[in-house]
Amino acid sequence: MSRDRIVSCAGKQPASENALSRRDFLAAGGGLVLSLSLPFAGDTEAADAGDFAPNAFIRVGGDGQIVLTVPYVEMGQGTYTSIPMLLAEELEVALTQVRLEHAPPNEKLYANPLLGVQATGNSNAVRGAWQPLRQAGAMARTMLVSAAAKRWNVDPASCRARDGEVLHAPSGRKLGYGELAADAARLPVPASVALKRAEDFKLIGTPTKRLDTPAKVNGTAVYGIDARPAGVKIATLAQSPVFGGRVRRVDDAAAMAVKGVRQVVKLDDAVAVVADHMGAAKKGLAALKIEWDEGPHAGLDTSDIAAELEQATLKSGAVAQSIGDADKAVAGAATKVEAVYQLPFLAHATMEPMNCTAHVRKDGCEIWIGSQALARVQAAAAKTAGLPLDKVTVHNHLIGGGFGRRLESDGVIRAVQIAQQVDGPVKVVWTREEDIQHDMYRPYWLDRLSAGLDAQGKPVAWKNCYAGSSVIARWLPPGFKDGLDPDTTEGAIDLVYALPNMHVEYVRAEPPGIPTAFWRSVGPSHNVFVTESFMDELAAAAKQDPVAYRRALLDKSPRAKAVLDLAAEKAGWGQPLPERVGRGVSLQFVFATYMAHIAEVEVSKAGAVRVRRVVCAVDCGTVVNPDTVRAQVESAIIFGISAALYGAITLKGGRVEQTNFDTYQVVRMNETAAIEVHIVANREPPGGMGECGTSCIVPAVANAIFAATGKRLRKMPVDAAALKQPT
Amino acid sequence: MPYDLNINGAARSVDVDGDTPLLWVLRDVLGLTGTKFGCGMALCGACTVHIDGAAVRSCITSVDSVGNSQITTIEAIGATPAGARIQKAWLDREVPQCGYCQSGQIMSATALLAGNPHPTDSQIDEAMSGNICRCGTYVRIRDAIKLAAQSNR
Repeated sequence: MSRDRIVSCAGKQPASENALSRRDFLAAGGGLVLSLSLPFAGDTEAADAGDFAPNAFIRVGGDGQIVLTVPYVEMGQGTYTSIPMLLAEELEVALTQVRLEHAPPNEKLYANPLLGVQATGNSNAVRGAWQPLRQAGAMARTMLVSAAAKRWNVDPASCRARDGEVLHAPSGRKLGYGELAADAARLPVPASVALKRAEDFKLIGTPTKRLDTPAKVNGTAVYGIDARPAGVKIATLAQSPVFGGRVRRVDDAAAMAVKGVRQVVKLDDAVAVVADHMGAAKKGLAALKIEWDEGPHAGLDTSDIAAELEQATLKSGAVAQSIGDADKAVAGAATKVEAVYQLPFLAHATMEPMNCTAHVRKDGCEIWIGSQALARVQAAAAKTAGLPLDKVTVHNHLIGGGFGRRLESDGVIRAVQIAQQVDGPVKVVWTREEDIQHDMYRPYWLDRLSAGLDAQGKPVAWKNCYAGSSVIARWLPPGFKDGLDPDTTEGAIDLVYALPNMHVEYVRAEPPGIPTAFWRSVGPSHNVFVTESFMDELAAAAKQDPVAYRRALLDKSPRAKAVLDLAAEKAGWGQPLPERVGRGVSLQFVFATYMAHIAEVEVSKAGAVRVRRVVCAVDCGTVVNPDTVRAQVESAIIFGISAALYGAITLKGGRVEQTNFDTYQVVRMNETAAIEVHIVANREPPGGMGECGTSCIVPAVANAIFAATGKRLRKMPVDAAALKQPT
Repeated sequence: MPYDLNINGAARSVDVDGDTPLLWVLRDVLGLTGTKFGCGMALCGACTVHIDGAAVRSCITSVDSVGNSQITTIEAIGATPAGARIQKAWLDREVPQCGYCQSGQIMSATALLAGNPHPTDSQIDEAMSGNICRCGTYVRIRDAIKLAAQSNR
């Protein structure tokens, strides 16, 4: 049984990132195994002196075992296949020959180069790994080839690597990587290595079966919530129903009388019931009588926040982009168009509810979790427990849905606070109600736009002032500069369209009493809805076709024009549709990927919206795993349709009103659209794929509703009452 | 009081309150963690198991209601003909993403196929709409059920 093995991984830093010794590497990069069915590495301690570990991502054992350390976490996006593909391509091994390890917490070795921290998010795993991990593979391959050439006393150029072996064609000799590992480990690390040409790729660009699928169809995949360290107790909790409130009094007599309940843990702002199993913990929680001091936000309603944001957009904010003179151009325009848009708070509602298992001892702390940001988990646990970083061991697991929720460590802090009062390990599992009501939410946004059109209807000026929370300012403070950050502005500036006069301002306005966080496609999930809805309004004001109107502004953006044309062609844009059925278009360049969606919706007489079909054209540059690209588009579209049709977290009296999947609805099988994905193939650097389909679909749906009904929806989610057919 | 259960063909005895949902008996008492917790109110289907071949939500099924019925979980569903076909189709169509809901999806799909070898789209909707997938794998689930049905011919 090798599940959950981890060697001490905290604190030790290698002497040099480029010339990591095997000992340093094992200390820093010891692996753990999540599932017997996944090709995860087993007993790293069995590694012997014959190992070859030229960098923090590859280890070749003397026995020929090849272990790849994956610095990004798997939450459904296919990273445990696409990242090994990059390494294996250059290392010249088949994916069937490798085993995988999760990278342990180590900011220095495993930081995402595009974020500067060890985190999986912002659709940038492949983008961040594209150069460094192919180089890591090429470095190892080059050294293995050198070792073979030296052994045979031949020119390395006469040797080549293939399927885990080095071949010398002239003599027909060959040696396996395992046989070369000890020699390769003694060679100096080359300063630079040559990467393969794209035309020589064997893996990259091929539809590759995911390595994590077998364990996910037979129940053996192990998520954080499945961790069962020996003697573990199960806890569930109630946090203050109003953010910022505190526990005033608890009567736990009835809870303690429940069979299987062991303990009630009281914190300043939460109460947890610890039991033998979750059934008892939940029953105990229901039996608690908790009196809350609701604190300063007890009167807060969503409308208060919206009103504040509306006022904020009347002030001036930080200038995100300014081209030409938008004020003057609007004043002189033949037609003026104005609109205000609003987007709601959204919960993540990951299928795996929030959970974290913690074991706090006097001399150390152990954490079992599925996290998008492991080093932050380690730091949060260390701080909460009052321990040095190297006394905290973190076991990462497969993630049952991330979407940005698991970039946060609030659940880790909670678990450690509870575990500090429990003897032995305790798994803290949030109920779905707690998960929805104590999420950290996609921010509420309010945007005020205006534009001027010339006599031909062409936009000559574009103004946008929007207000809302900056997640970056809290999560990565150095990323927030001069009142701006790259997330809140992405999709609002640097549009694909040629606009001669443009002025965009952002007003940071943090809502009181409700925490905000990243969410699938975050900034673009807001900005693309607004810009693509407004572009549609301009086309309508100009009485022009929405695709043709956009197309005329794309002469300087050929890749954007190509995806727009492809989506329109495949969707049959312009072909007649029945009454109350409409097509809507959306076009974007975010996460370094070009994408166009055409959504086809049907609106019933009662106002119910059904998205019948979505056609997507995507240019994400070099495609690593085309099947994963398709899967991510399908996934992101469904996620976005859930938000468009249903998504809203609202506050009343400071409390989140939604509780479970009955009040926070998501799309189900019977509502699922037919989805077509068309990939534009090229050899540009890879773009992000995890999130862009979400930001693109919401305006496409809203624009299709306009086409079907003539009603422009400027506030999400869809209000069916507004779409009811007049009788 | 102790309850004697028949789970995946084996006799198991658990000592919990009678109103304890079967889900927690499986996961926390017996360590069968393939069955997942999603909502606790039969709204999402992540906890779906079979009781005498019928798909039920274990999160609202009290342990005292099970009696001597046969309980089958994801860990053993591959031993049934329909379960094996569904699992193979799931692999062929690369259905899972995060995978967390897939145990429940597979249990619902297997029950559907076992009782109806060639379901129509609307029958698939009816059988599968109680199972939520936040990764939105529905398009592939539908394809995979149809593929499994074809391999039934």
